[in-house]
Amino acid sequence: MTVKLKKGLDIRLIGEAEKVTANAPHSDYYAVKPADFHGMTPKMLVKAGDKVKAGTVIFFDKYNEQIKYASPVSGEVTEIVRGEKRRILEVRIKADEQIVFESASPADPSSMSAEEVKQRILDSGLWPMLKQRPLDVVANPNNKPKAIYISAFDSAPLAPDYDYVLHGQGAHFQKGLDALTKLTEGKVYLGLNGSVRHDDAFTNATGVVTNQFVGKHPVGNVGTQIHHTNPINKNEFVWVINPQDVMIIGRYFAEGKFDLTKLIALTGSEVKSPKYYRVINGASIKSFVAGLLNEGNNRIISGNVLTGTKVDENGFIGFYDNHISVIPEGNEMKFFLTKGWLSLGFDKFSNSRLFPTYLTPGKKFRLDTNTNGEERGFVVTGELEKVFPFDIYPMQLIKAAMTEDIDLMENLGIYEVAPEDFALCEYVCTSKIEIQDEIRKGLDLIQKECF
Amino acid sequence: MLNLKDKNVKFLEKKIKGLEPVFAKDGKLGKLHYVYDSLVTFMFTPAETTKKGTHIRDGVDLKRTMFTVVLALIPALLFGMYNTGHWHMVAESGNMSLPYWEDFGAKIIYGLIQVLPMVVVSYGVGLGVEFIFCTIKGHPINEGFLVSGMLIPLIMPVEVPLWMVATATIFAVVIGKEVFGGTGMNILNVALTARAFLFFAYPTSMSGDKVWMGGQEADGFSGATFLGDAASLISDSPTVDGAAGIMEKFTAADAFFGMVPGSIGETSVLACLIGAALLIITGVGSLRIMLSFTLGGLAMGYIFNLIGPGLGNEYMQIPSYMHLLVGGFAFGAIFMATDPVTAAQTASGKIWYGVFGGILAVMIRVLNPAYPEGVMLAILFMNVMAPLIDHYVIQINISRRLKRLKTA
Repeated sequence: MTVKLKKGLDIRLIGEAEKVTANAPHSDYYAVKPADFHGMTPKMLVKAGDKVKAGTVIFFDKYNEQIKYASPVSGEVTEIVRGEKRRILEVRIKADEQIVFESASPADPSSMSAEEVKQRILDSGLWPMLKQRPLDVVANPNNKPKAIYISAFDSAPLAPDYDYVLHGQGAHFQKGLDALTKLTEGKVYLGLNGSVRHDDAFTNATGVVTNQFVGKHPVGNVGTQIHHTNPINKNEFVWVINPQDVMIIGRYFAEGKFDLTKLIALTGSEVKSPKYYRVINGASIKSFVAGLLNEGNNRIISGNVLTGTKVDENGFIGFYDNHISVIPEGNEMKFFLTKGWLSLGFDKFSNSRLFPTYLTPGKKFRLDTNTNGEERGFVVTGELEKVFPFDIYPMQLIKAAMTEDIDLMENLGIYEVAPEDFALCEYVCTSKIEIQDEIRKGLDLIQKECF
Repeated sequence: MLNLKDKNVKFLEKKIKGLEPVFAKDGKLGKLHYVYDSLVTFMFTPAETTKKGTHIRDGVDLKRTMFTVVLALIPALLFGMYNTGHWHMVAESGNMSLPYWEDFGAKIIYGLIQVLPMVVVSYGVGLGVEFIFCTIKGHPINEGFLVSGMLIPLIMPVEVPLWMVATATIFAVVIGKEVFGGTGMNILNVALTARAFLFFAYPTSMSGDKVWMGGQEADGFSGATFLGDAASLISDSPTVDGAAGIMEKFTAADAFFGMVPGSIGETSVLACLIGAALLIITGVGSLRIMLSFTLGGLAMGYIFNLIGPGLGNEYMQIPSYMHLLVGGFAFGAIFMATDPVTAAQTASGKIWYGVFGGILAVMIRVLNPAYPEGVMLAILFMNVMAPLIDHYVIQINISRRLKRLKTA
């Protein structure tokens, strides 16, 4: 099936990664950040000073003990960083020079039972790679998903190209798919970019249903793809997973090693030569951006500029991120006539037609983090709909979330969306409302009251 | 040159930063924090950066959006000034066929003297009220009034005294907007609330045939508008000779270019259309509403044309297209009905809202001669109905989802 979407927006930024891969230098420190897993409360199994191997379980979910989280490298736990109310923010691990792995035997998922596959993934610590809709949290292994969705491309600004990332990884990717097909009584869906040639890893994939999608961002968001092929109703679950993580799960089955090595795109206008790096997930940012950025006040984002997390140089790559973006901070006042709200705005990118850059559709931009205006009440109508390719009224759903109206949220389709689906709405919002946060709060309320 | 400018800007920025502690919420003049804040954010887009959620933001903000609407109103304002001067001269000389271009400069100057104070009063009083409310309620000042402040004088007859403009503005901002919680929360269009207030509180200053021309002295001279004359068609003493007579007195071309008496900004359809072009090109105004409102009015006019001869009703026989050209129809469709806060918010809701608005506007004009201008009442009524329209549009979406759940 081919789905063509008209709505959406491609934000054209400078600093796309060149298709070249470098090995990132050795990182001394790695971290697992419980905050990457929304709503999860960790129960620690290690303390500072403990020795771990790559794959050693370091904490589990207090409210769902089957879900375990493992150390990405071998070494010594140096610090458990806590924040307000003693909430655990990071578990830091000083890595050995030579990584030692927890031993497990290779296995072929296609000859294993569903329960065996599930148990093996749970025990390995790879389970958190699976997320569930609704709620956009780590998949609950007790639920029965009606389908598993993988989007084989990311349409977000400067996103990595998975056709490049998974090139030559076809065997492991297929093994991962074999494992996933065991986890659902429904099908595994692979969403392909309908406007490019795909890598063999995707075209040779078997045992899955492939759909083609054509359009602008968020066409590559798995939520968009679910909505247009198999929308989620109340009491239904769909699990989603990133293609590179599928490959990692496949590699785990093939080699029996908890190996989180993956390709990460270092992108953005403040990166001197944007390209791909081979790193172990959870590596410190400093280890591989040092010396690669332009001088100045930069913001480093683990993930893309729409949904990523702000990290500083001493921070670590997020668990789900395949992408680091570096853009300039915009913490400077802008005089209204020369650079501010009434300037001609040849340097501003906008989905509205209020800037002359509307007439230069090929131009790429160096955008900073300035909000370009202050927060206001909802005034402008019709702008969110232009970038929201769902059969859902975005503004009404956002307002229902703001007013904590559970019935209305259910009626308007809260089960079908994740905060990331609203990222573009938040970007274009004239009133500068923090829409993803409002949707997240709405989902939290739904989780509390309805699950 | 540019360097010098940069230097001045830096100097200004430094001065403002120096004042910041004084106006901080716990500073010496903390009470005026939001007044200070609004002036500073007008001059400088603040240094605020994204905190959570998206790390970059669209270049557009409410200030630029609202300013675009103000720009779109400038042609209507300029023409309104000229037209005010023109009809003043007509009234003074008693010569209905005074050439348009004669004493052009004098007309503009007269218009400027008449209209500018109204604009100043509207903005001054309105912003004053907003500042007071924002200070009391402790929220930043919204840009909504930038547009309302320009709309209010443009929909008033030129003879309205300034104190009435002030009273109406206060009423509109307080009762029409602030009691609902400020910009974005109001149900009725603020500018139309101001006009409706005057219309019902001081009807003699808002209708009749004396109010449209500044400084009218010539006795026995009628400065009636098209709508005033048209309404008389169904009274006992018509001022014009049937539908044909009124079309002779006011040609379609006069109405289109705006060479007729009327409220300051509403007379020239051409000036309104220039504004409409800007709103449509920039996407700030809803083309959907403008078109559907126009089509609704045209359709209703046409229906009246069909049934008029049978009923012997002369007003109904006025060509339907004339309804779009006279009175505040074009101005209302382009600048009033499209107010995003008070209009329907869903895409299909906007169409229903527009169509019904257009139909009602013409219906009120023709069927109720006590209210010669139906556009104002029609839009206010549709403002009230808009949430209901949206409700049904959204309900269709909701039941589609429920149906899917049942069949799943």
